[in-house]
Amino acid sequence: MIEGAKWKRWVFFYIPLSAFVFSLLFPFYWMAVTTVRPDSELYRPWMAPNYTPFWTTHPTWEHVTSLLEETLFSTWMWNTMFIALIATAISLFCGLLAGYALSRLKFRFAGMLGTGIFVTYLVPQTLLFIPLADIIRNFHLGDTPWALILTYPTFLIPFCTWLLMGYFKAIPRELEECARIDGASRFKAMIYIIFPIAVPGILSAGIFAFTLSWNEFIYALVFLSSPDEKTVPVGVTSELIRGDVFYWGELMAGALLGSIPVAFVYSFFVEHYVAGLTGSVKG
Amino acid sequence: MAPVVIRHLNKKFDEVHAVNDVNLEIRDKEFVVLVGPSGCGKTTTLRMVAGLESVTSGDILIGDKLVNDLAPMDRDIAMVFQNYALYPHMSVYDNMAFGLKMRKFDRAEIAKRVQEAAGILGIEPLLKRKPRQLSGGQRQRVALGRAIVRHPQVFLFDEPLSNLDAKLRVQMRVEIKKLHVRLGTTAVYVTHDQVEAMTLGDRVVVMKDGFVQQVGEPLDLYNKPANRFVAGFIGSPAMNFATVNLSEANGALWAANEGMRIKVPAEIAGRVGRYAGQSCVLGVRPEDLRLASSADAADLNFDAVVEVVEQLGAEILLDVTVGSGMMVAAVEPTVRAKVRDRLRLALNPARLHFFDATTEAAI
Repeated sequence: MIEGAKWKRWVFFYIPLSAFVFSLLFPFYWMAVTTVRPDSELYRPWMAPNYTPFWTTHPTWEHVTSLLEETLFSTWMWNTMFIALIATAISLFCGLLAGYALSRLKFRFAGMLGTGIFVTYLVPQTLLFIPLADIIRNFHLGDTPWALILTYPTFLIPFCTWLLMGYFKAIPRELEECARIDGASRFKAMIYIIFPIAVPGILSAGIFAFTLSWNEFIYALVFLSSPDEKTVPVGVTSELIRGDVFYWGELMAGALLGSIPVAFVYSFFVEHYVAGLTGSVKG
Repeated sequence: MAPVVIRHLNKKFDEVHAVNDVNLEIRDKEFVVLVGPSGCGKTTTLRMVAGLESVTSGDILIGDKLVNDLAPMDRDIAMVFQNYALYPHMSVYDNMAFGLKMRKFDRAEIAKRVQEAAGILGIEPLLKRKPRQLSGGQRQRVALGRAIVRHPQVFLFDEPLSNLDAKLRVQMRVEIKKLHVRLGTTAVYVTHDQVEAMTLGDRVVVMKDGFVQQVGEPLDLYNKPANRFVAGFIGSPAMNFATVNLSEANGALWAANEGMRIKVPAEIAGRVGRYAGQSCVLGVRPEDLRLASSADAADLNFDAVVEVVEQLGAEILLDVTVGSGMMVAAVEPTVRAKVRDRLRLALNPARLHFFDATTEAAI
């Protein structure tokens, strides 16, 4: 908090903060207002006398209903949820074990392995999707949710591993040693002592992984083709843009509804999530 | 309760030889303190006994059983750590019960033992709290409680008092001593604080650079240090050392340097005589120095110039220059000395120590 005179607090704190919040929230507002704007307003030329870009005078739910009734949006939502949840679960499981091993066990090439995992995270998806497409085809997984469930961990596992590795390193080694003297095997010490303490870290890794899979675009675009297999980001952009016709109302309604689960997950776990990123372990 | 035997124990970390051929027999119910400066191998030795470090070579026996390859959980030991290592997500009760739960004790027995330990340590009102709601002293009590509920064969303490403030440290030291008297469990205690070592240990093991320097009862270490390191490490303020030349004259042995000329008493001269004509190190404890009076023999006195006066209440520490060296004298609180005063100090001839100048071993 800024100390001193009132004007200082306004100039250095409230005004910059408000500007920041405003610029962050504006796209969401735009999305929301476009969703409820009738087509007649949407396609009104900007020089028209009753042109009102920042608000609407006749709000309507017609885009939302047409999105839900005339497209496969609810199927896409379900697909995305299913894929994101399973991919996150797989990645979190592997990331937990790998992160624990890399931060706690002494074995040959442990350091190199850690770096190696990180490097794979740096390979851009736009490069990786070509060989992955080949693999997906060979395993006959194309156009099924498993194409994504099995490919998302390629970037989620390195991410979870690194985040959790850092978190585990911050937990004092003595806690585990004490548990092992107390009669726990290494595995039990991990389950009863380390994981419960690492809950904030595990939650933030999970939230991140979930968000990354939810928003993922390129793999979903390449590996899925039937409309009823698509995820929200791909479904919305491929089915609601036909040639050069943009169904702006439905597009924005899809984007708005599609961002609700992620926003919900974040707001629900926000405290743990912050603790996980700042790595606070209270001893 | 069991004896602990360590035979030819070695530990190497890559290039560093952290523990070098340590041999130690800890008797049943004995309280043994490992003491030394940081990096001397004391903690590594303790961790090997606990099973937290592998043994490079040598044997560790707990209660006549070779434990080299046993997991920590199978050694029937309990350890108290410097940073308490309380499980932050568990209540005090669960912290203390964890070891018993892992060993599949039934609920009633767990509750009974935890209550009993909490009673001994006076932490019953804290049982429902989480570790972060406790003060440092309370946390240390919980850590002790967690160790005693299991009724292990051996307690291992790794600098348990280092994180406490000075007053609490003294208090907890007394409690640990009482606890040991009450429970009678064999204990191995690691510290870098020689006062803790002297007050707690039935026997004290002084270590340096991975080697055991001396093993003995506290007063033996104090009165008969095996070498210059032990002499300097045990005792506060530390022993004074001065390099002197030994020579024979007038049928007696004299120790001299530019600041003093002392007649070595006959009973010590017998041992030290073979160093005549050579230099060696004279050691004298601060409390064996006092202001000389006319009754003192002149050949045990020397001149000193006061540099610093430290008033401790019960005694006064005088930091003085003798020749080109410095010494500390602990004198009566009634002495009125000022900086730059020139004094005459007398030594207690029965309590002089001599050390070989090169090997540093006691002569």
